[in-house]
Amino acid sequence: MSTSTPTVAAKGAAGRPRTAAPGRRAGRTAARTHKAFSPWLFLAPGLLITLAFNLYPFLATVWKSFTDARTLTTGDFVGFDNFTALVHDDQFWVALRNSALYVALVVPCLVFLPLLLALLVQRHIPGIAFFRSAYYTPVVASVVVVALMWVWMLDDRGFVNGVLRLVGIDPVPFLSNQWLLLLSSMALTVWKGLGYYMIIYLAALANVPKELHEAAEVDGAGPIRRFVSITMPSVRSTMVLVAALSSVSAFKVFTEVFLIAGPTGGPGGDDTTLVMLIQRVGSGLQGRTGYASAMSIVLFLLTLVLMLLVLRADRKDKG
Amino acid sequence: MAAAAHTPAQPRPERVPRRRTVRALRYTALLIVLLIMIGPFLWQLSTSLKGTTEDIYTSPPRLLPEHPTFANYQGVADIIPVWDFVLNSVKVAVSNVLTNVAGAAMAGYALSRLRFRGRAAAAAVFVLALLVPMEATMLAQFATMRTLELNNTLVAVVLPGCIGAMNVLLMRNAFDNLPYEIEEAAVIDGANVWQRFTRIALPAVKGTLAVVAIFAFMGAWDDFLWPLIVLSDSDHFTLTVGLNFLHGTFSNNQRVVAAGTVIAVAPLIVMFACLQRFFFKGVGEGAVKG
Repeated sequence: MSTSTPTVAAKGAAGRPRTAAPGRRAGRTAARTHKAFSPWLFLAPGLLITLAFNLYPFLATVWKSFTDARTLTTGDFVGFDNFTALVHDDQFWVALRNSALYVALVVPCLVFLPLLLALLVQRHIPGIAFFRSAYYTPVVASVVVVALMWVWMLDDRGFVNGVLRLVGIDPVPFLSNQWLLLLSSMALTVWKGLGYYMIIYLAALANVPKELHEAAEVDGAGPIRRFVSITMPSVRSTMVLVAALSSVSAFKVFTEVFLIAGPTGGPGGDDTTLVMLIQRVGSGLQGRTGYASAMSIVLFLLTLVLMLLVLRADRKDKG
Repeated sequence: MAAAAHTPAQPRPERVPRRRTVRALRYTALLIVLLIMIGPFLWQLSTSLKGTTEDIYTSPPRLLPEHPTFANYQGVADIIPVWDFVLNSVKVAVSNVLTNVAGAAMAGYALSRLRFRGRAAAAAVFVLALLVPMEATMLAQFATMRTLELNNTLVAVVLPGCIGAMNVLLMRNAFDNLPYEIEEAAVIDGANVWQRFTRIALPAVKGTLAVVAIFAFMGAWDDFLWPLIVLSDSDHFTLTVGLNFLHGTFSNNQRVVAAGTVIAVAPLIVMFACLQRFFFKGVGEGAVKG
């Protein structure tokens, strides 16, 4: 970084003759104090909010995870009891499995489908602006809204089953079968995320030199060959970014499953995800906040590991 | 284009039909995807306009309502105070935009353009904040809000996200891209930090400000988990929480639920349609680059 403006200003002040009247000197000291303070005045709101509502709650969560706190009590220190209890908690493993399944199935779709979509809308042809923003509509809409829409679409007598019945297929129990519930919710997550990641890919594709494609075309490379040998390598770092972003958000899924499977997480709670479990166990007047905090810490560590794994895979590929 | 220059020898009649096929295929694909992306919205809109006398469970599904009616929209208001919920959501979303734009721009400016002791530490706070998922700290935040006696208020809904760390870093990047010369002239003219910030730097990063504003609005309008946790009294429900309520209690009346979701999504789609040109430009210009 080159010299910033305040430094320039300070140099100018120091260069002036030192024989200033006492009054002027006092004024200059005030100005200097002001200069030292003003960056902090600019930063104060953002720093305070971030410290108070992000980093402090995190430290509080770490602390609470070692206590048996409940909603209205601070609780006593219990060491690693919460964590050992987690290991023996079937609900926790079900939730962890569902969240992991979510990542495993949703992320590949969200890495590749939006790329194809971006390629489809990349070229500036008439009407393309309309298509781009129309594809973005599911991103704009609230998860609650799109979840309610899909519940209606996937209802036993809803649109999808109505169409299936036309072809002579019996109604598919999208909303009552444990696995279909989870799959429906994943489909919703993918559908809603397509437009968002499409935009990220569009920005990346704009940076791919056109000459590469043209040269390959002259050499007789077909569209698939060009996709594999030119497009994929050029947007590789973006694919890693999308994988990191989508895996972290898939791991933290809450709203889709909460609305499609219901607050209790489907039949027997078998569709509960990790965040749903944290919410259910930790809130309410009888909430076991200490125990739920331990789960939160596990959630935090796993998202961190997930992110590091993706980023490391990126580095390995490059080397 | 270079490719065209290389192939003038190719017989034209063969090339033109091929291009036309490619173009037709492209538009067909575009239309199919379009149907997948906005079809569900249209189906929801159609359902919301169907009257009580019309069977909404027909097979094949009937796309257009026979006798379109707005009665279901009135129905939503009869069941839940939907306009109060809308008002609450507007309050939350507008405050979120104002605080994020102002707070993130100021912090971003300090991090990018001002020299001071502790700058690296301050920047690190925002980067660290990105690593902590809100989902992992929501219970502690709930406890904080209880201590501040803010639970079940809209202030509590807004506060945790009112200056997003991501937005601060976005603004810092935007300011980083401005040449220093612009400000140096102002320094010589005797402009103080605040004047340089508001008169010179801010107007130069309008695009990023717009992106921050749009994301802040959509994020606040769409958020569900945090308001669900922090709000207990239906007087303060935001629209998303209220809709969940509508869904849970009256899921048998699909027409009314549909009308409720249309009320929730229509303002956003209209807003986005108006701003999309600005938005895609801002994003494409490097606000979200990997």
